[in-house]
Amino acid sequence: MTGHDVTVYESLANSGDDRRWAFGTGFEDPLAGVDMSVPSGVDGADLAAYATMLGDDALIASQRVAEWITRLPELEVETAIANVALDLLGQARMLFARACGADGSGRGEDDLAYLRDAHDWHNVCFVEGPDADFAGLVMRLALFATWRLAVFSRLRDSTDPILAAIAAKAAKELTYHRDFAAQWVVSLGDGTEHSHQRVQAALDALWPLVEELFLSSPVERRLQAVAVDPVMAREEFEDVVGRILEAATLRCPGPPGGGQHDGGQHGGGQGGRDGKHSEHLAALLDEMQSVARAHPGATW
Amino acid sequence: MPAPSSHVAEVPGDENTAGDERAHFDSLIAREQRIEPRDWMPDEYRATLIRQVAQHAHSEIIGMQPEGMWITRAPSLRRKAILLAKVQDEAGHGMYLYSAAETLGADRADLTAKLIAGRQKYSSIFNYPTLTYADVGVIGWLVDGAAICNQVPLCRSSYGPYARAMVRICKEESFHQRQGYELLLTMMAGTPGQREMVQDAVDRWWWPSLMMFGPPDESSPNTARSMAWGVKRHTNDELRQSFVDMSVPQADRLGVTLPDTGLSWNGERGSYDFSEPDWAEFAQVVAGNGPCNAARLARRREAHENGEWVRAAAVAHATKRAARGGERP
Repeated sequence: MTGHDVTVYESLANSGDDRRWAFGTGFEDPLAGVDMSVPSGVDGADLAAYATMLGDDALIASQRVAEWITRLPELEVETAIANVALDLLGQARMLFARACGADGSGRGEDDLAYLRDAHDWHNVCFVEGPDADFAGLVMRLALFATWRLAVFSRLRDSTDPILAAIAAKAAKELTYHRDFAAQWVVSLGDGTEHSHQRVQAALDALWPLVEELFLSSPVERRLQAVAVDPVMAREEFEDVVGRILEAATLRCPGPPGGGQHDGGQHGGGQGGRDGKHSEHLAALLDEMQSVARAHPGATW
Repeated sequence: MPAPSSHVAEVPGDENTAGDERAHFDSLIAREQRIEPRDWMPDEYRATLIRQVAQHAHSEIIGMQPEGMWITRAPSLRRKAILLAKVQDEAGHGMYLYSAAETLGADRADLTAKLIAGRQKYSSIFNYPTLTYADVGVIGWLVDGAAICNQVPLCRSSYGPYARAMVRICKEESFHQRQGYELLLTMMAGTPGQREMVQDAVDRWWWPSLMMFGPPDESSPNTARSMAWGVKRHTNDELRQSFVDMSVPQADRLGVTLPDTGLSWNGERGSYDFSEPDWAEFAQVVAGNGPCNAARLARRREAHENGEWVRAAAVAHATKRAARGGERP
């Protein structure tokens, strides 16, 4: 290379402008120095369990969304979907960091992500299944982001300042995810006859899983001012979803809460929050954890 | 939009204008100034650039696959975030390179159709398999490193939109290279099994990385003209040498051996001597017979074809909206 090019190369290689990189991709721990103490009167184990279940939702959803990368209909959608996967992964990491800071177990985010078996995960079953097509992907994301935004916009008022801060950041991201997915639901619903049928089929398939999103777990009930009882998110969810489906000319399969929660498919109990999952989760974890578990003692 | 031919065709009989435009183009090139989309340019210059930029765009998009397949299996959440962000960057690079090609009159959909029909090439490096997570690091270090050697000079390409796209792309590539090297450093400080994975990946990727600079100068027919036009700044062999000189000390620091017994410092030249890559293998991979050519193209074709109904729906919806409310589709 000429002298000019070498100079250009060095200035590129030494650029210290890392701020625009996605959360957690840098060389520093983004939560280093944050006070992780548990607010007085709050049970640390409950707080950790709550942060973990919200993190589990995000990580499993991120994993499913990321499976679509290199398979999407347009490059613009590739970058958007990668962005959604990154945001959700970032939310999971912050929530896991909060959990590890609250339970005093000395575990780290990767212990939670890579060393738990399916029955120790507490994500809602809604996020577990693979999407058969693009209609399934955007419909699941629209419903999930609408629900999660309704929860997280309330979580901004949590008495745990760390959860509140995580929720404030996440709410902005979820607003984008919801809008992105809702726009595609509307485009497909109000597009061609074929796309309408496919996105209606996606809605019909996902709808029975919606009810679980509004079942409050004992941890959520115990952590009153810290956590958000998902029941509180129901009205907003129904209102927003109703408007999306109307714009998309889709038929709502019935009110969530129509007794359609499929206990049989999910092995009984309340579902994912209790560690009762569909058969999809174990397969997802097998793949996600394969490299980490194949090399015990390794550092990455 | 079809590729416009030169302005000359639109001004029949005006030989002076044609001569003036040609002279203006030549003088811009001679003064190392930029050619912009509205400037007159020879048809061959336009065609060469479309080919170059499209191949580069295709390489970014196909290049998402070999690493992208490890996103779901990344062994730590931090590595997963890094890899996701990197693959996302590659999609972004593809988009703005296709846009640069469109300033020359090409059309993204048409270029994509040519790619999946096998009528346009992409970098052969992506036809090699990624077998372990160490490959993710080695691709960052060697493949992105070689790409940077190739691309930094293109920040001075004579074609403005391409040169400007390359500045941004090179910045991101250099970040990727640093992240790849950092992964390898971490793995080399890990278990013996991890060190073996890194060495194995280096053994497999070293020669294909050297081939990224293209055939030796004596068998690179277009090099002289591309250099005269300022769309190529160094010969293949010059770039290959600079890559070797850059990589050997990095390999030493990492603690890996480069798989070339002919590698040695030549004090007289102030450069490393190294052996010839297997050009017969290179020719085979370029001809479509590499280990993953068929799989890479099949994935791209599948994504494109499976997305057809989605793109049709988006057009139909936009048309309906426009009809309803006078909104532009």
